[in-house]
Amino acid sequence: MARIFMKGCEAIAEAAVRAGCRFFAGYPITPQNEIPEYMARRLPEVGGVFVQGESEIASVNMLYGASSTGTRSMSSSSSTGISLYSEGIAACASARLPAVYVNVMRGGPALGAIQPAQQDYLQATKASGNGGFRMIVQAPSTVQECVDMVYEAFDLAERDDNPVLILADGVLGTMMEPVVLPEMKTDEEVKALKAARRHKSVVGHPAEERVLAEPGSVGTGQEARNIAAAEMYKTWDKDVKVEKFMTDDAEIIMAAYGISARIAKTAVKTLREEGIKAGLIRPVRISPFPYDAFDSLDFGRVKAILDIEMSIPAQMVWDVQYAVKGRCPIHECLRSGGQLMTKEKVLEEARRLAKEVL
Amino acid sequence: MAMEKVYTRTTGIVKDMVSGFCPGCMHGTVHKLIGEVADEMGRANDLIRAEGIGCCGLGQKYVTHDSAICLHGRACAAATGIKRNEPDSLVYTYQGDGDLASIGLGETMLAANRGENFTVIFINNGIYGMTGGQMAPTTLLGMKSTTTPNGRIAEEHGYPIHMSEIINQLTAPYYIERTTCADPAGVRKTKSAIRKAFEYQAAGKGFTFVEIVTSCPTNWGLDPISALDFIKEKMLPEYPLGVLRDKGKEE
Repeated sequence: MARIFMKGCEAIAEAAVRAGCRFFAGYPITPQNEIPEYMARRLPEVGGVFVQGESEIASVNMLYGASSTGTRSMSSSSSTGISLYSEGIAACASARLPAVYVNVMRGGPALGAIQPAQQDYLQATKASGNGGFRMIVQAPSTVQECVDMVYEAFDLAERDDNPVLILADGVLGTMMEPVVLPEMKTDEEVKALKAARRHKSVVGHPAEERVLAEPGSVGTGQEARNIAAAEMYKTWDKDVKVEKFMTDDAEIIMAAYGISARIAKTAVKTLREEGIKAGLIRPVRISPFPYDAFDSLDFGRVKAILDIEMSIPAQMVWDVQYAVKGRCPIHECLRSGGQLMTKEKVLEEARRLAKEVL
Repeated sequence: MAMEKVYTRTTGIVKDMVSGFCPGCMHGTVHKLIGEVADEMGRANDLIRAEGIGCCGLGQKYVTHDSAICLHGRACAAATGIKRNEPDSLVYTYQGDGDLASIGLGETMLAANRGENFTVIFINNGIYGMTGGQMAPTTLLGMKSTTTPNGRIAEEHGYPIHMSEIINQLTAPYYIERTTCADPAGVRKTKSAIRKAFEYQAAGKGFTFVEIVTSCPTNWGLDPISALDFIKEKMLPEYPLGVLRDKGKEE
């Protein structure tokens, strides 16, 4: 397959189209504008629909409607825009609709900074809306992974009748890298995917086959709905995805996801050359979180964990603490507010930690 | 002599369902009209409802067609997503005044401005129903509500909002009519307005808007008969009936 040079946001959009996405609604916000712009010109070419919503709230509710018809649908936004999306994401989760959302993160609460960051971990993994629903959250670290994870997200969403979130950041969204694009689904395949959902889609049925998209229960059925969702979340043990890099003999384990993990990986190699036995655990999906990956460590040998995030205060560290269960100290290596993590910063923190604990 | 069938059950309404709406409420009437129109057009199976929150949201128990319950105020956004993906269906939103004119004002206006090819059925009774009688944007001046205990005061709360007139400022909408269900003639006019809106939609003409002035005896604190008088004496002078726009007649 041919490798082409593509910007992260555009690669995300093209991957979605190839996966059969035929509806996109969104509202402009930096640093993800290339996704809606790409969709505006690309979707009509394949018989799809692009709508620029008047707001994030309108866009996310358009997606709710589109997804209820069984059309593969996606929307993207950034951080504070995703906060506005929360009502629509919750609606899809509650009505069990398979929409795909992309958050190209920026740095800090509310307006934050428009530069890259990883400031939305807890929102993405724990509460992307009200009511305690969960999503599979994909955390790419390269443009190629953005492509692969978006392509896969539609299948996961339809498998579970649940929204899926791609948690990218401004670095991935704006940088260019060589990628291999997945196969374009044919018109027939896209139609078949929609047809397969017809029995549960709001498309016009006779009375006896009536379909209702219901983001909550008017009557007393809500607990049963909550239980059904909880049962589905339990099936995600098989969906844990984690990358372990040089962890077998490591004495210092870095924990990082997304773009920070990529920087951490480079630092691990340098530290190894210096004789410091470092390793990396990278949650490829941050929900479900790979708690077991930490259980498999030999805490007789591992002296410390270094949690690396582009977020202040640290957020993933909550999950890391839960996984480590006090079996070794956890240190943090953090940047935020649009200040990028660097290899030098990671090396400095890791060397200091090595002196302290080894 | 063979008997001639002059009336059949409306297929768009759930059989033998007992209405849970309050005495004197007109939601039941309007639902029946929607069902009758769909039957008469032979489109009952193509109907898709995007319904608002509040008493409007109770309506899904009584209709037999596919429906999406939409979050507070978002029915026009969700209907956009539905209709754009199911262009051959007949899509309508069913929304009250709080839903459509307050929390969903943006979604309503911009869907109208895009000329989305669906129908909005707007139930205007000047008050929030399900939440317990709070002030709506359409509450009349002087009218008491649970959040305007001394009556709506212009200086503090502003004036009643006229959605049909506001939407009539936009270029894209194709058909706008305000009707009432306060008397049999009004009910008949409401039905023909819904029919016209659905037919324009079926012909791909664009955004159609039917505002229906109705009562809420429970939250108005009136018996059903007095509520009808209130509509005629108080509501209709503020919300005059009629066709505000019919591009079909202009063409």
